[in-house]
Amino acid sequence: MRYAMAVDTHKCVGCSDCVVACQTENNVPIGYCRDWVVEVTDGTYPNLEAEIRSERCNHCENSPCVRCCPTGASHYAEGGVVLVTPEKCIGCGACIASCPYDARYPHPDGYVDKCTFCLENRVKKGLNPACVSVCPTKCMYFGDLDDPNSPVSKVLKNRKYKTLIPEAGTNPQLYFLI
Amino acid sequence: MSTRRSFIKISALGLGGIAAAGGLTRMAMGSSVMDTITKKTPGKEKLLHRTPTYCEICFWQCAGWVYKDDEGKIKKIVGNEDDQHCNGRFCPRGTGGIGQYYDEDRLKTPLIRTTIDGKQTFREASWDEALDLIAKKMKDIAGKYGTESMALFSHGSGGAHFGQLLKAFGSTSIAAPSFAQCRGPREVGFLTTFGDIIYSPERIDIRDTRCLVLIGSHLGENMHNGQVQEMSDAIDRGATIITVDPRFSTAAGKSKHWLPIKPATDMALLLSWIHVLIENEWYDKEYVALHTTGFEQLKEHVKTYTPEWAYGITTIDPNMIVETAREMRDASPAVIINPGRHVTWYGDDTQRLRAVAILTALLGSWGRRGGYYQPEKFHLPSFPVPAFPTPKRQPSQVYEGKYTLANEVVANGICDATIPTGLDKGKYKGWIVNGTNLLAALPDQAKTLKAIEALDLLVVVDTMPIELTGYADVVLPECTYLERYDMIRNSNHRQPNLALRMPATEPKYKSKPAEWIAKELAGKLGLSAWFPWENIEEMLDWQLKKAGTSLDEMKRIGVKNFPRETDDLYFKEGEEVSFNTNSGKIELYSSDMEAAGFAPLPVYTAHEEPPDGFYRLIYGRAPMHTFSRTANNPNLTDLMDENVLWVNPKVAKLWGLESGQPVKLKNQDDVISTFPIKVRVTERIRWDSVYMVHGFGHNNPKLTRAFGRGVSDTELITRVHIDPAMGGTGMRGNFVTFITDINNTEKEAEV
Ligand code: SF4
Ligand code: SF4
Ligand code: SF4
Repeated sequence: MRYAMAVDTHKCVGCSDCVVACQTENNVPIGYCRDWVVEVTDGTYPNLEAEIRSERCNHCENSPCVRCCPTGASHYAEGGVVLVTPEKCIGCGACIASCPYDARYPHPDGYVDKCTFCLENRVKKGLNPACVSVCPTKCMYFGDLDDPNSPVSKVLKNRKYKTLIPEAGTNPQLYFLI
Repeated sequence: MSTRRSFIKISALGLGGIAAAGGLTRMAMGSSVMDTITKKTPGKEKLLHRTPTYCEICFWQCAGWVYKDDEGKIKKIVGNEDDQHCNGRFCPRGTGGIGQYYDEDRLKTPLIRTTIDGKQTFREASWDEALDLIAKKMKDIAGKYGTESMALFSHGSGGAHFGQLLKAFGSTSIAAPSFAQCRGPREVGFLTTFGDIIYSPERIDIRDTRCLVLIGSHLGENMHNGQVQEMSDAIDRGATIITVDPRFSTAAGKSKHWLPIKPATDMALLLSWIHVLIENEWYDKEYVALHTTGFEQLKEHVKTYTPEWAYGITTIDPNMIVETAREMRDASPAVIINPGRHVTWYGDDTQRLRAVAILTALLGSWGRRGGYYQPEKFHLPSFPVPAFPTPKRQPSQVYEGKYTLANEVVANGICDATIPTGLDKGKYKGWIVNGTNLLAALPDQAKTLKAIEALDLLVVVDTMPIELTGYADVVLPECTYLERYDMIRNSNHRQPNLALRMPATEPKYKSKPAEWIAKELAGKLGLSAWFPWENIEEMLDWQLKKAGTSLDEMKRIGVKNFPRETDDLYFKEGEEVSFNTNSGKIELYSSDMEAAGFAPLPVYTAHEEPPDGFYRLIYGRAPMHTFSRTANNPNLTDLMDENVLWVNPKVAKLWGLESGQPVKLKNQDDVISTFPIKVRVTERIRWDSVYMVHGFGHNNPKLTRAFGRGVSDTELITRVHIDPAMGGTGMRGNFVTFITDINNTEKEAEV
């Protein structure tokens, strides 16, 4: 099992519903977020192009954050999802420094937090992650890459896509449809 | 300033945060209303409790579920899968609606204006005392000036309850800024053409369209939930999107064609499109012959509106005008020229929307799949009450002879009529304002304040200490939509449907539901006959049983969809249709317009251009905020806590502006913004305009997250172009320049 997510940049409108839904679903304190929206504009008026995408932890297959964690708090869980065990985390911040995507934040309760793909609270119950469920444009696809019929496998088969900072060699599992 | 009614900052009071829930509440909060749901996956444990609601953060009114934990604490709000407004997905504002409930800056207790040591201030009052005072003043006004001298302004669900109260009292002056400040011109433009309005949610079939033309609508930034969802489906299906906007909007970024039009020239483009369709015979001939009148006059009328003519005005390449018209023809009838929503721009807006309606007719898309569908609404009987008294004066009489085509009450007409002139002491003496910050909703704040100054009674019912509360005689804290019942939502849609809102929890502080406030006040005014139910549950249950369901069932399902009564979502092939116009046909040439003394076919009028060194002020929406009402919501300010000023790099260079630099703005009438706004240098805006999101720049310090954040566009909109047809307040004819030395203007700005 390999969990992955794809975000369709042609449909995302940057509304940030994914951000609020994650906050209310996962008790992310106000002022912090596990996912966020990036907008890139290219060109000069009136020859312009824009890309909007919802970003989060890439659940890298080769994650520097897991490698550098001194306590084993950062680890691979079911389906390759990268998780942090709060009880084991000493808040040293090594993982924050090692992540090329700035995907982690120090939770005010003293541990490091980030996107979990809603593994425990939703995915294991057969639900989609909160961001995927709420998105008004239905621009996110989630599932198991080992299952050719999962929404994410299907959409990656039919569309062009990219990952972020591939040169970092982290092997990200968050795909952007372009 | 020596006004009788000085602005009171609610923060000046020691408002106790901990007020016990009033003993007057009659809401049933027993466990019977808390359905425990089990997730569909077999063998999984029970989860949070949920109760149904429909969202009040904007007018879209999506139905959803409020989830609470075991202690009854509200955790999250999600969409109801059966709801046609949201299809199980709320927008960010609805998801963050939870913040409206938890906002610690909420109004907490009734307040009464009083004078202590010559200084005006508010004092806390009990509900009884506050309502007694309002009732006494309303009776005084009725005795001295007549019941028709009371007016209600409302936006949202409270309007139904206070409307009932006002009608029982003897006034029909019930206005919502959503008409003359927003969608009025499109309703009148379509009414005079098709004999029917657009409704809300709009009857546009984006789901099945092949070409969506957005003109002055930035879907995706204005988060009309169902429309944004369907636009996304349309993208998936490969539909063509054409966006006309001087700004490279989010939608422009998703469009096949973006037409970067010179602001204020949309009419020329529309007329030219009509010209191209007719000259090339690209219109739906059969449809036009079968359903319309006035084609020959129209053809003659648009002869000179060539793409080359339009190019000189709009700066849009003539080939592109032809190309986009061809795209529309190719897609027709599955094509939508979006009628938009906030369309009060330049004062000739009804005419512009007439042009949109005419295009729609030429493309044969009204009544056709992928164009405009025929919505249907459930026939829900009202709880029987006595006939309402007939007031001595109807609101239209206060603006006699003006705005004759308005099909709803014109809010600014009432505001204007309140201001005394010469011998006229003002036609209104009391206002109740519910759920709308009139100082932000109506343009020309100075005028609104003049009207307020002339009132004997201003009651503001709101959840938040919006600016208007500072001018009130009595402030009533309304509870949020998560803490109350309201009327059943009964909307026009593809299928008739009903939705229930019920309290997820007890009202916080001493706040009360609008329905309770209206009923109590009615009691004190001797008008209980119009509120004959014991409590609102009894009334709702009566209505729902007539509809073949019940309050109990609706508490479990939240939304009920009904089969259509008539199978007419779209016109049948070749079907004869009778339209509700004078001729019974679609009127390309409008007899209503002509009879009212207006141009029966839309004409192009040039609008004023920015003076040297000034830029047209364009405003719009952000997906995470609704007008000015969400600017203090903790969850939503977390996403966006101020507006910024979009400035083209060329302009920025000229003025030496950098991104992030705070500037103040001065408009053509020398009005300077109270607060500074940060510049965002971006290629996404034309060089002759600047852009900001509406709803920021609050100046009541009690709004701790919103105070002083960004600039209020409304305060800079001092020049208003009134639409003579229906009273719309055109707001896009204002120009601003930059004040880079923001500290030097402090003094001026305070004036
Ligand atoms: S909710 Fe969907 S459309 Fe909105 S920002 Fe997130 S991914 Fe984009
Ligand atoms: S995105 Fe960052 S936090 Fe997430 S797995 Fe990769 S390196 Fe670790
Ligand atoms: S569109 Fe958003 S704010 Fe408006 S009613 Fe729906 S969920 Fe609420």
